[in-house]
Amino acid sequence: MTHSPEDQPIRTGHLKEFTAGARDIIPMMVGAAPFGVIFGTLVASGPLHLWHGQLMSLVVFAGSAQFIALGLIAGHASFAVIWATTLVVNLRHVLYSATLAPHVAHLSARWRWALGALLTDEVFAVAWEHYRHREPGTVGPHYFFGAGLAMYLNWQLWTIAGLLFGAAFPGLQSLGLDFAMVATFIAIVVPQLVALRYIAAAATAGTLAFFWQAWPYKLGLLGAVFAGVAVGVLLSMSRPNLRGSRETAEAAR
Amino acid sequence: MNYVVLILGMAVITWVIRAAVFVLGDRLVFSPLVRTALGFVPVTVLTAIIVPMAVSPHGINAELTWRNPQLVGALAAVVVSALTRRPLLTIAVGLTVFFAWQCVVLK
Repeated sequence: MTHSPEDQPIRTGHLKEFTAGARDIIPMMVGAAPFGVIFGTLVASGPLHLWHGQLMSLVVFAGSAQFIALGLIAGHASFAVIWATTLVVNLRHVLYSATLAPHVAHLSARWRWALGALLTDEVFAVAWEHYRHREPGTVGPHYFFGAGLAMYLNWQLWTIAGLLFGAAFPGLQSLGLDFAMVATFIAIVVPQLVALRYIAAAATAGTLAFFWQAWPYKLGLLGAVFAGVAVGVLLSMSRPNLRGSRETAEAAR
Repeated sequence: MNYVVLILGMAVITWVIRAAVFVLGDRLVFSPLVRTALGFVPVTVLTAIIVPMAVSPHGINAELTWRNPQLVGALAAVVVSALTRRPLLTIAVGLTVFFAWQCVVLK
């Protein structure tokens, strides 16, 4: 495959990976739809022009940060406050890019900027599920890009729908379409709870995220993740021999 | 015009936060401890996002009852995933239970 004299088979492979990424993120697209519509509806009822709302979806592409910014704009917050809030709300993305970094390190800078721009919660979950069974450096950007671009276009579409017809869909939130995201995340997480340290880390993060959800700017989520990771690391360090022998076994394979 | 500046600023901040580690690439070397820690990021962050959505779907009050379709659907998905490890089946059963619960059982 890699030494093919023609471009065609490689391109077909790229397209296949691209469509596989776009396909695997469909449940997340369903889950994001109501939020896009609600965002558009809120813009239409606030001080921003409709095209400001669409511009925000086009260039920011971050659901939580966009919602919080709308609230701050309505409350006449200064730009500095809104920018600082954007920074804090999006801090968890640093963890995402650090987790995925080994798998994109071999790509060109242009690809890495592009994939970074598309890295939302949902895209991270789907891309990581794809990468985690594979050696770093062996997978091209097309699966990640397909998932990210599909999610991006989906967000634009539902933002427009909300801007133009938002008032026509009252009670959209009560449909519970966001449950598609819950089900997909469960399908990704549960198969990884293969050892006590992963179960303990997830249980810690989930429990604290529930109790800390009223914290502003998603800081409760961030704190819960750090606590869960700390529990996982402590349990990993308390059994260095086991870990060492397992890593040797894995290296030998 | 002013709002355009605001929005573009938000865009730059978000993009840099997301892409910085990607773009730094090899110039950024993680210690073994950090690599161990990053191995726990996916399970913790995904769990931290969904637990509040399933346990308290209408705000911050816990709804630990069979009348909470999010919770029932999530538990069904957890059971199917633990037994089969098949993502599509997990999502399908979870969504079916959720919507059936919401539309049929609770009506």
